[in-house]
Amino acid sequence: MKDKFDCIVVGAGPAGISAALTLVRAGLKTVVIERGEYPGTKNVMGGILYTRPLEELIPEFWKEAPLERHIIEQRVMLVSKDASTSFSYKSKQLDEPPYNSYSIMRATFDRWFASKAESAGAIIINETLVESLIVENDKVIGVRTGRADGELYADLVIDAEGVNSILARDLGLHPEIPEHNVALAVKEILALPREVIEARFNLKAEQGTAIELVGDISAGMMGIGFIYTNKESLSLGIGCLISDLRKSGMQPYDLLDRFKEHPMIQPLIEGAQTKEYSAHLIPEGGYRAIPPLCADGFLVAGDAAGLVNSVHREGSNLAITSGRLAAQTVIEAKKKNDFTCRALSLYKKLLDQSFVMKDLKKYRNFPAIMEKNKHFFTTYPSLLSDSAYEMIKVDGVPKKTKQWKIIKNFIKGRSLWGLVKDGFNLLRAIG
Amino acid sequence: MHIVVCIKQVPDSTQVKIDPVTNTLMRQGVPSIINPYDIFAIEEALRIKDKFGAKITAISMGPPQAKDALKKAVSLGIDEAVLLSDRAFAGADTLATSYCLACGIKALNKENPVDLVICGKQTVDGDTAQVGPGIAVRLGFSQLTYIEKIEKIDFERKEIFVYRHAEKGKQYLKSRLPAVITVLDGINELRYAPLPELFRAARYQVKAWDKKLIEIDENLCGMKGSPTAVKRVFAPTPRQRGEMVSFNERNPEETARALTEKLLINKNG
Amino acid sequence: MAKNSKGKIIVEIIKNKCIGCSNCIPVCPPDALFMKDGIAELDIEKCIGCGKCVKVCPTNAIIIEKAIKKEPQIEPLVSAQKSSIAAYKGIWVFIEQEHNAPHPVSWELIGEARRLALKLSAAVSAVILGGKKEELEVFAREAMQFGADSVYMASSESLLEYRTKPYAEGLVQIVNKYKPEILLIGATTLGRDLAGAVATRLKAGLTADCTGLEINTENLFLEMTRPTFGGNVMATIFCENVRPQMATVRPHVMPMPKKDAARVGKIIFDDLKLPEAEIDTKVIEFIVDAVCSDSGLHYADVIVSGGRGMGKAENFSVLRELAFVLCGAVGASRAAVDAGWVDHSYQIGQTGVTVRPRLYIACGISGSIQHRMGMQCSDCIVAINTDKNAPIFDIATYGIVADAIKFVPVLTKIFREKLAGKNVFAGVEK
Repeated sequence: MKDKFDCIVVGAGPAGISAALTLVRAGLKTVVIERGEYPGTKNVMGGILYTRPLEELIPEFWKEAPLERHIIEQRVMLVSKDASTSFSYKSKQLDEPPYNSYSIMRATFDRWFASKAESAGAIIINETLVESLIVENDKVIGVRTGRADGELYADLVIDAEGVNSILARDLGLHPEIPEHNVALAVKEILALPREVIEARFNLKAEQGTAIELVGDISAGMMGIGFIYTNKESLSLGIGCLISDLRKSGMQPYDLLDRFKEHPMIQPLIEGAQTKEYSAHLIPEGGYRAIPPLCADGFLVAGDAAGLVNSVHREGSNLAITSGRLAAQTVIEAKKKNDFTCRALSLYKKLLDQSFVMKDLKKYRNFPAIMEKNKHFFTTYPSLLSDSAYEMIKVDGVPKKTKQWKIIKNFIKGRSLWGLVKDGFNLLRAIG
Repeated sequence: MHIVVCIKQVPDSTQVKIDPVTNTLMRQGVPSIINPYDIFAIEEALRIKDKFGAKITAISMGPPQAKDALKKAVSLGIDEAVLLSDRAFAGADTLATSYCLACGIKALNKENPVDLVICGKQTVDGDTAQVGPGIAVRLGFSQLTYIEKIEKIDFERKEIFVYRHAEKGKQYLKSRLPAVITVLDGINELRYAPLPELFRAARYQVKAWDKKLIEIDENLCGMKGSPTAVKRVFAPTPRQRGEMVSFNERNPEETARALTEKLLINKNG
Repeated sequence: MAKNSKGKIIVEIIKNKCIGCSNCIPVCPPDALFMKDGIAELDIEKCIGCGKCVKVCPTNAIIIEKAIKKEPQIEPLVSAQKSSIAAYKGIWVFIEQEHNAPHPVSWELIGEARRLALKLSAAVSAVILGGKKEELEVFAREAMQFGADSVYMASSESLLEYRTKPYAEGLVQIVNKYKPEILLIGATTLGRDLAGAVATRLKAGLTADCTGLEINTENLFLEMTRPTFGGNVMATIFCENVRPQMATVRPHVMPMPKKDAARVGKIIFDDLKLPEAEIDTKVIEFIVDAVCSDSGLHYADVIVSGGRGMGKAENFSVLRELAFVLCGAVGASRAAVDAGWVDHSYQIGQTGVTVRPRLYIACGISGSIQHRMGMQCSDCIVAINTDKNAPIFDIATYGIVADAIKFVPVLTKIFREKLAGKNVFAGVEK
């Protein structure tokens, strides 16, 4: 291809498509290069989409996008070996449009999202791997794909190729991500009839539940499980740090099988058929692991930039917003015809002003603290379950005595000093 | 030289299941793809084009969204793509489908005489392998199915030499063009098209033909033209746990003997 | 009862039952139905409540709450044929033979035809085409011993080797002359090639690759059940207005009937005119498969597959040996591939190859869902595993709790003795 583009976007995930959509709306000649057969085929996430960031791009998108269920309940389950303690937030507000979040299937959603960019004028090239950047005088001027005649040139390249971006690494923006900053999430789509899902999760048509699970299911590792309800299936998965997985010697799918067989989980998925199995890497380093976000002629967005909020399990909304902001930066740069890193620093400024960086900054200590304090995932869920059982059990022991017993258990499990330290750490992590 | 490749857009069949409770198809979120067997037909056409120079047209019958599959074919290097799409074509069985495709190919033939029609072995959703033969009969072309290898084509003498997969061997056949051939999976390996082809496909407008644009008898299309109908669909009975053959630790040969006897009986019965 | 604003009674679509077959779209007189997101949608203001769509829906996804008036049937395909349907009688089985060897599926189908004939009170006939009359007579007698009441036979020089055109022409001529109600053909490469051509010429309904046949007791139609969507879905198909009702049937599904040497019957012989000059396809050569051809995993009749329980790469040699004796191929589970014992091309399962051999021997494979998805359609599964709770046993035809590394060599030895060089599994067992 001898024609030159204003911008090349690498990756047709939420970050890449948001960027492309914003660019073509501003009249910029844009091409998106995707390695999967179609946008969405290689993309994996838990399966929750937050409404706000996307609405800023496509108002009232929920009227046409292929969505599963809107989430009316967020549940956290602390799971011990054979019990669980749940906290649930459910509200009428969450059941009114515009809904806060939806469960989605990436294969259909991403394809729809990409089609919006395509009909706005973006060219989407599938099944093509960007192998490297073309750099001239320290400035990125294009990309080299794995196909014959496969060089493409543009004023700017937006890297939205997902976690562990090779392009950003080749450019020296970040070293290989350390194992303790990457989680491996494995996920299955489990098919169940609509009525069964609605009965088991106490839902009406179109309503959905998002459950996050911590405790025994991660077998002592730092990890979080999830179950989201789709129309006629469940998304069920679990993510653990690669470093932990390596230490434990467990295979990710063993972990998933163990999760599915847990006595508190098994009844929720009974009779379900596995439709799909996938695995995915998630950057977990948080704010402190974010690489420099630009170079001359080059911007990084979404997972590639490590923009994931591991506390609230949010990635796609950060991706959509960062993609949009990267595109805005490109539009400005194009106006001034200045593609230097200095001109592109506007991107960082825009991100800092948005919820993306504000949230990530707020939780900047969380990954490191959790990493050092595995008992948040091991001891506490068990202690909580035991306590709840103590309180609920009717055995003639006065409740006051029971409370003492619980407190003693906690101290035994963690030591008094440990409890105080944990409280402090937790505050530091999320406060 | 004009080669026509017949393709079909299918749901990724590995993901389509029957709901065991309601007996309905669960196709929610199932992506559409080009029938994987048709990919071999496309590549085979491209190879002939490499050798002799030819125009390749892909044709498909289906709903408007089947254009995606045809666009994909263009990105692989196919020159033109035509979608036969009309409400009157819907609900067709193999007889009506092959009639409709044959009418489409006849229309192509008028513009530019067709020498060769290439189809995949079968589709992964229907698994019938009947449309290829149907097209051959309707067009009066030579019918060559389950082709393992195209040995030689002589467009001038209108001859084609192929190896055809048979039950206990293979036939080496010589036949006349125009012909309809269905190719076996594994006959070739799909090339990785150069990038400019993908840009051409991204900008390509697939031609859409409805019943008014081709010569076709509506009564032979779609459901009206289909002698067969589906009575019901249901989930296959899950495999049952079979027989445990007890293992004789002291005399494993006895166990092996017992097992082989069961297997040999099983095979003959 | 659902009504629209004009007060018309209208149909209702039960969305989760709709399979998106589009059958209802063309039959709707006011064009009130259309497809949206892969399922049928109703424009309630256009609907006139005629109920035509209700009748054509295969899954009863469209309902109407009123007594449906007897609407005229959908225009039959060939109106002249409907009146003559009664002229079509009897069940025919096409006897497939090539190079003087009949395909056993033909005998299986005679057995099945006998069973169906009881319900139809019809006769069972075989139909044989070929080059040499004397050879065909042998098979004709064999067909009758397996259960055919009579045999239609036709020979011609041009039928010596199988070629679509003369075989289709010959079969069409005989069918048109004697008019069978049902015509069954084996779903082999030959049978499917021939059936597709014959059905198109007869404009008849053909159901491919069936695994179940039944006679509907009310209307006496043949109901043909077949797997679709790669075996994930079964569909039952019927053909109302056109005869013969044609089906190709998968080999090894119907039981092999017993031979009765005393059974005899009539042979009706036709001398067909099939001038060689009109046949464009010539067989230059027929290359017979080697007894043990290495056809790879895709087409292997027998697969011996190893998993984590094989312990190390070297132990795969015992599987190779068994595969060799059975003329099969070697496969592996993901665990064995991940361990680096064999190459990825051996992997059977969701991320590898999907196989459907006649015999699958799983050695030291626990049977994860990923693996099962790639092999659970095998005709017969033998599982050898030390863990008696391994999920592979849930789908195994035969299970043995044993260490595959030690047991497989014993099994190989016994198979070698029993088979003594015969290719029992891969070829035709005679």
